[in-house]
Amino acid sequence: MSLDELWSTLFDFSDYGALVALLWNSILAGAVLGVLGGVIGYFVMARDLPFAVHGISELSFAGASGALLIGANVIAGSVVGSLLAALLIGFLGTRARDRNSIIGVLMPFGLGLGILFLALYPGRSSNKFGLLTGQIVAVDNPQLTSLVAVAALVLVALVVIGRPLLFASLDEEVAAARGVPVRALSIAFMVLLGLATAVSLHIVGALLVLALLVTPAAAALRIASAPAAVISLSVLFATVSTVGGIMLALGSSIPISPYVTTISFSIYLVCRIASNLRSRTRRLRETAA
Amino acid sequence: MTEEATSARNENRYHRRVTDSALIRLRNARLDIAGRTLWQGLDLDLQPGELIAVLGPNGAGKSSLLRALLGQVPLTAGDASVAGEAPGKGGARIGYVPQQKLFDRGVPLRARDLVGFGLDGRRFGPVVPNSDRRRRIDTALERTGTLALHRRSVGELSGGEQQRVRIASALVSEPSVLICDEPLLSLDLAHQRAVIDSIDGYRRQSNAGVLLVTHDVNPLLRIVDRVLYLAPGGHRIGTTDEVLTSEVLSGLYGVHVDVIEVHGRVIVVPADSVPFGDHDHDLDAVVGDHA
Repeated sequence: MSLDELWSTLFDFSDYGALVALLWNSILAGAVLGVLGGVIGYFVMARDLPFAVHGISELSFAGASGALLIGANVIAGSVVGSLLAALLIGFLGTRARDRNSIIGVLMPFGLGLGILFLALYPGRSSNKFGLLTGQIVAVDNPQLTSLVAVAALVLVALVVIGRPLLFASLDEEVAAARGVPVRALSIAFMVLLGLATAVSLHIVGALLVLALLVTPAAAALRIASAPAAVISLSVLFATVSTVGGIMLALGSSIPISPYVTTISFSIYLVCRIASNLRSRTRRLRETAA
Repeated sequence: MTEEATSARNENRYHRRVTDSALIRLRNARLDIAGRTLWQGLDLDLQPGELIAVLGPNGAGKSSLLRALLGQVPLTAGDASVAGEAPGKGGARIGYVPQQKLFDRGVPLRARDLVGFGLDGRRFGPVVPNSDRRRRIDTALERTGTLALHRRSVGELSGGEQQRVRIASALVSEPSVLICDEPLLSLDLAHQRAVIDSIDGYRRQSNAGVLLVTHDVNPLLRIVDRVLYLAPGGHRIGTTDEVLTSEVLSGLYGVHVDVIEVHGRVIVVPADSVPFGDHDHDLDAVVGDHA
């Protein structure tokens, strides 16, 4: 494949206006998921749960592909799978060490189960692949409505429990001493994370949910530490990644995930370099002073 | 329940609230953990403005006492109340400084956010920034001399600075009881002094009661009112002069111990090092002067 061919495979902007109109719902879905991923990602980082996100997304994938196989609602299937995973991790993995081993055990099982369901599924192969690696399907209105509804539910819940949740996440011992219901909040957060993972899966795919729920928040944390600033930046980064990724991917036949992950990784890289430069100048200034 | 009994009970409650000024009250308290009795028959009254240091060897149940007072482990027997409530129900009237556990670098939290947790971290709903909240956080930071650090990420602060911010976080809700677990552990002298001054200043100003666990009473000698000495062989409450004596400690340990005062510092020395075995180390950590 020549470079020209590669370029035109990756980026095809012919009939762009018509495509945008056709896939407008997908772009909206991407924006909603960007906001959701950016906000919940902050709590994922505060609670040190990136690995759990990955574990949940694999079981969510199993649920979605199971639903595809039996002809049920795929979004509902992914929600069932990820809630199961989230609750298992939440109840069994109170301590970090337990949690990581449980996730390590669940993850390949979920992936294997999902692959089994897909192998049995007689339908088109692009549907199969899409759950793992993401795709631009023309999101229809009922789907968009359910995505928005789940995202709104999670966001409202996070606004309500956010403060004690953050307290419990960052300073558990003192939070417990002050009467914060640490355990209940931890389970509640896992449920919200399960819901967020399940809906994200439908845009970026199970393997790449981390790019939406972890990378933007991780990037924001490199350059800010005030909670409000980190959350705002994280939302901005996640939305730029999803919407930008969808816009770039519109014309090509390639799955959407590489576009989204590349954008979010680039943002992370820039933030990392910026924070290194800043701490270097601070050190220099301190030595000079 | 008859009306008479109800009114008697209410009267009883009223009576207790009026006469009971103790901020922490333990009556005949006993705690067993994993089948082992840590302490029993413990009576303690922490009065407003009083500072009691809890001393004793490792494993004598010092930290467990704090956990019982915070409502995290139930007493095996006896009664406890903290700030007039059952343990764990005191909310913002109890300030708590945990044993020093450093925040990781990159924790998404500034010093003032940590202090904010102490003010309203248990409340649900979004934070509504307002000038009163800001002022209270500033005041608490100022009290511990950390106002200049308020926008720094807590993970980037030194251990001593983190501890001072933690004290600010415990004081910001203006608690009537302050409970501290080894607040001076691994702090250099300057930070020790700052922590001691802010705790002492707060309790004098607010007439709050302070209960703190420490392995070394020496830095605190000038502000301690009484000590509670927990040992495997029993416990003793009293002033430092009453408790930190050869007789009392020898009785508590069941072996002879010398308590020596040098330049205003208390040093505990096992008189005969042979029979101590493993306890030698423990005892050294009790009131020991590590200098």
